[in-house]
Amino acid sequence: MAAGSAAPTSGEYIVHHLTHLNSTGHAQKSVIDWTVINIDTMFYSIVLGLATVFVLWLAARKATSGVPGRFQAAVEILVDMVSEQAKGIIHSAESRKFVSPLALTVFVWIFFMNAMDLLPVDLLPKIGEMFGIHYQRVVGTADLNAALGMSVGVLLVCIYYNIKIKGLGGWIHELFTAPFGSHPLLYPINFIMQMIEFVAKTVSHGMRLFGNMYAGELVFMLIALLGGTATVFGFVGHIIAGSIWAIFHILIITLQAFIFMMLTLVYVGQAHEGH
Amino acid sequence: MNLNATLFAQLVVFFILAWFTMQFVWPPIVKALDERAKKIADGLAAAERGKQDLELATKRSTDALREGKEKAAELIANAEKRGAQLIEEAKLSAKTEADRIVAGAKAEIDQEAVRAKEQLREQVSALVVKGAEQILRREINAQAHSDILATIKQDL
Repeated sequence: MAAGSAAPTSGEYIVHHLTHLNSTGHAQKSVIDWTVINIDTMFYSIVLGLATVFVLWLAARKATSGVPGRFQAAVEILVDMVSEQAKGIIHSAESRKFVSPLALTVFVWIFFMNAMDLLPVDLLPKIGEMFGIHYQRVVGTADLNAALGMSVGVLLVCIYYNIKIKGLGGWIHELFTAPFGSHPLLYPINFIMQMIEFVAKTVSHGMRLFGNMYAGELVFMLIALLGGTATVFGFVGHIIAGSIWAIFHILIITLQAFIFMMLTLVYVGQAHEGH
Repeated sequence: MNLNATLFAQLVVFFILAWFTMQFVWPPIVKALDERAKKIADGLAAAERGKQDLELATKRSTDALREGKEKAAELIANAEKRGAQLIEEAKLSAKTEADRIVAGAKAEIDQEAVRAKEQLREQVSALVVKGAEQILRREINAQAHSDILATIKQDL
């Protein structure tokens, strides 16, 4: 499956599949390198992001208060679901004007990116190879950068609403006086707790999505390896395990998209509440 | 799992997509949903109103029917009463008329009787005078006794 003519070992196959197509042309050496950008993640997330807003826009364009078609009804169910959740969590109608659409976008976008996992693991990389692209990962959310990028986005929204609702002074005051109370000795502890909370929220938010999708992708690769043994056991095993995992994964991709959306709403909701 | 600039690119894309949805997707759909909810509520209210109207109309028509029946019954009763009264009046007037005619006839009969009596008296007296005249012609002078005759005639 790799660029070479010889069949790759299992290890090479996995490593090859987990290598991003990035701006350097080879696997990233250091853990953090801000000069590198993953072209495959950007391509698929932007294409699917455009698909997301296009599908939603199609429904919005023809939205009428009359009898809805099936497509409109489906989008409406989605909008209504997000809207109801947002109403329960965020009590400011003004904030909901931005946060609800944000949650809807996040849900559909992540769902689409996750759903790329259901395509055969070798399909798009193989097609890419025909055009001279040797590395490719198609599941945007299985890239930590994408997942963390979105969770940092949510963090920025939270900070924005913290300042908007409580005022800059109010928010800073809260950073030093909550959760343990207002006492000079407690200020540093409070501040450290708040910082840990923000970091933990953001990292766990992104990591949860990334971990689930990365693991899911990895399992698909292992199942593909099983089929790659070209034995009867491998073939039957591939079909059975692949079917079971793919069916289970339908739940995972929806659930992870939903969890990401719900946590977005919860975190923004928390930004609205004073301690 | 390496971190790189993809994170920031994704961050920007995230906000652009959210902005697009907020601007062009969310408002029309939510508006349509709200409008439909209102339409349905209005429709239900209209149906409820229609039902009430129907009930009211049914009640009114029943009332009108009953009233009509009552009025008709009253009219018939009045007519019957009036008829009876007319008959009664006619009877009464007929009886009065009859009485009057009978009384008139009686009076006329009485008059007629008096007149006949008068006539009869005159004829009898003439007859008497004539008889007496004939008797007296033989015996006495009629002139001499005419005053007596006149007295008799008066007494008759």
